[in-house]
Amino acid sequence: MGEKVLITGNEAIAEAAIQAGCRFFFGYPITPQNKIPEYMSARMPQVGGCFVQAESELAAIYMVFGAAGAGARVMTSSSSPGISLKMEGISYIAGAELPCVIVNVMRGGPGLGGILPSQSDYFQATKGGGHGDYRLLVLAPSTVQEAADLMMDAFDLADKYRNPVMVLADGYIGQMMEPVEFKKRSSIPPPPKDWAITGAKGRPRNLIKTLYLDPEELEKHNIKLHRKYLEMAKNEVRVENYMTEDAEIVIAAYGTTARITKTAIKILREKGIKAGLIRPITLFPFPYKTFEEAAEKVDNILVVEMNMGQMVEDVKLAVCGKTKVHVDGRSGGMVPSYDEIAAQVEKIVERRL
Amino acid sequence: MGFYEDLIIAGFGGQGILFIGKLLAYAAMKEGRNVTWIPSYGPEMRGGTANCTVVVSDEEIGSPVITNPHSLIVMNNPSLEAFEPRLKTGGLLVVNTSLVTLQPKRDDITIVHVPANKIAIELGNDRAANMVMLGAYLARTKLVAEESILDALEKVLGKGKEELFEVNKAAFEKGTEIGRV
Repeated sequence: MGEKVLITGNEAIAEAAIQAGCRFFFGYPITPQNKIPEYMSARMPQVGGCFVQAESELAAIYMVFGAAGAGARVMTSSSSPGISLKMEGISYIAGAELPCVIVNVMRGGPGLGGILPSQSDYFQATKGGGHGDYRLLVLAPSTVQEAADLMMDAFDLADKYRNPVMVLADGYIGQMMEPVEFKKRSSIPPPPKDWAITGAKGRPRNLIKTLYLDPEELEKHNIKLHRKYLEMAKNEVRVENYMTEDAEIVIAAYGTTARITKTAIKILREKGIKAGLIRPITLFPFPYKTFEEAAEKVDNILVVEMNMGQMVEDVKLAVCGKTKVHVDGRSGGMVPSYDEIAAQVEKIVERRL
Repeated sequence: MGFYEDLIIAGFGGQGILFIGKLLAYAAMKEGRNVTWIPSYGPEMRGGTANCTVVVSDEEIGSPVITNPHSLIVMNNPSLEAFEPRLKTGGLLVVNTSLVTLQPKRDDITIVHVPANKIAIELGNDRAANMVMLGAYLARTKLVAEESILDALEKVLGKGKEELFEVNKAAFEKGTEIGRV
């Protein structure tokens, strides 16, 4: 086992990216993720990489587009309002099928909102966000260790599918400190980037574009992208089942909310209520099958999220009316407490809801 | 059930609130325990107050945010008002009597009175008041070994800060004496 260091989620995300071979970072500051660019500004020069604080979010995401097109391991990070500004570029990158990693350390919205933790960008992250028919592969860490691990995986997944990958964290994951061990990774070389724009010396030229004026050609492109998303759904779903084996009620939550739920489950079990947690780790592809199976065993699923109800729509899709789906959460930077979650579960179990 | 402790440390920005939280977290990690440290980073910081929550456990840590903490270290009046009502029944309140002029209202908790700034000034550095508080807290809870805190302090301060280390160490040790009484 390697040595453990005590660092914030933001720093863990940045260091994991470096260790995963990321050598280009383009960003623009925003709370609560400023430690990521700050760390990168010091660390990138040490490894011969490139850090640019761009003049805007728009500029930053198109720098990512350029570096990814040239075959580099590249990332950007921001928080909710900044991610909205990047959405045009993200749509272009997805359309051009370029690998990159985008980190969103979510804060409350809409608009400028606040700076405290939130999960209100679930729709934006998982349903496209920018224009056009595309998806991001979305990873949601719930500990600082997992943020580091998923960050490393994110670059491999981006290369594997030639698709932008989003690491979707909330403000607490970014600001919190926990012990982290950076795991040595088996060095599977990434697939050759023979599509990259590198000067075309001695080979036919490569073309990276998103404009398809011929509708038949564009539809063909859309179908190709769609098949890729189906492949992701087949291969990449990740989910944690926590005490679901004997559960009479299942709670669905991800990120910080999921770990608060784990404490709520302890409280509930001490009172004799068998609650369990399904924690999606990939938000896209979503673990539909896990919820479908849970719906066969429990009468109630409670979705807890830091928004007014977004992931609940995917849970409802999964269970297809076979079980009751409730939603509970806080928004605006308010974080649900384990007592609130436990009380809500008790109400449901006592059939008061 | 394995070992578990959670606490909130609260005071003014600049009192080293987040710092002693980090020392505790670091020392607990070095002793092989799971730990979370989470700072206040919201708009209340603009009002000049700071707090952090530290959880230490032998098991996987669920919530890093604590509604009713086992322990509370309080270094100013607003923090006493904000957090005393949230302390668990039977919990521990370590209060800096140099700056906290309000009286704690609860009678179902243990209260340790620490004139932290007075002691720190006597030792020659007012800014070490946080270490006095930390010492008093540790003497009561034995959350980590005192040596682990001093190791952490040495590492965090780094080389060339021997003078700073000595005054912080003295403040910490004075705090442990008060906590033990």
